[in-house]
Amino acid sequence: MGTGKYKNMSECAKAIKISGAEIVTVAVRRVNISDKKKPLLMDFIDPKKITYLPNTAGCFSSKEALRTLRLAREIGGWKLVKLEVLGDKKNLFPEMIETLNSTEILTKEGFKVMVYCNDDPLMAKRLENAGAAAIMPLAAPIGSGLGILNKVNIQIIRKQTKLPLIIDAGLGQASDATIAMELGCDGVLVNTAIAKAKKPFEMAKAFKNAVVAGRQSFLSGRIEKKIMGDPSSPIKGII
Amino acid sequence: MKKKIKIKINGKLNIIDERTKVSVLLRDLKVPLRKVAIELNREIVDKKKLNKIFLKTNDKLEIVHFIGGG
Repeated sequence: MGTGKYKNMSECAKAIKISGAEIVTVAVRRVNISDKKKPLLMDFIDPKKITYLPNTAGCFSSKEALRTLRLAREIGGWKLVKLEVLGDKKNLFPEMIETLNSTEILTKEGFKVMVYCNDDPLMAKRLENAGAAAIMPLAAPIGSGLGILNKVNIQIIRKQTKLPLIIDAGLGQASDATIAMELGCDGVLVNTAIAKAKKPFEMAKAFKNAVVAGRQSFLSGRIEKKIMGDPSSPIKGII
Repeated sequence: MKKKIKIKINGKLNIIDERTKVSVLLRDLKVPLRKVAIELNREIVDKKKLNKIFLKTNDKLEIVHFIGGG
């Protein structure tokens, strides 16, 4: 789960607990020197219990992203990081050339890089070859709530990679998470859909159930799709 | 009276005593060292070496931590 956009940190911490999320994304920002009473994220979410995934949200170049993640590693020794290099301030789509270059550099520096990317199977393959630890294609633009726009591409990426595949960005409601899991994804990363729901705690619970339902459905092996009907009751013995 | 120097901390101008160690400045600012990372003039500073570095005029110090984000 993402930890941004909540009313306050205790709301965020409670929503995370309810959702059952194991990893949370966090941002690296300047400490407020003048107001030392401001609460710290680590006072609400214990990094010993929940895995912190430092993210480069807000970075628009490889240089900025690398600087951010090197600092993140320094804060707590985290090697597992999320790379997100944005290319456009309006649609927030990833700048994939910079993303690919950064993935290569970070991997060489010993980072385990979970990579936010577009839903392009070819680019996903390039990221995998560059050493990505997880592929995180967007469902739709960040914060848009549109749900998975290109299910076919996600399925193609699923077929071609054994890396963890996590849908990152663009989910709007719990059923979107079910669809992601039914497509064979290993998880979803959700922020706005929960943080900005009218009832964030209820939505956090809904997402938890949706992920479980989707995973069970995927593992159960769905029936084939047919064009014609197939009656559920036997024809034999009809009166 | 000690000579003063100008440095920038997190982008803001600060006037401090000359030959102030980074460790002393951070202690005075009550920065929780275990929860932050320190960058001096764009280079990450090993927290073990903070007491060996003296700040110079025009130094740019960045103190960052984790906050909520997507």
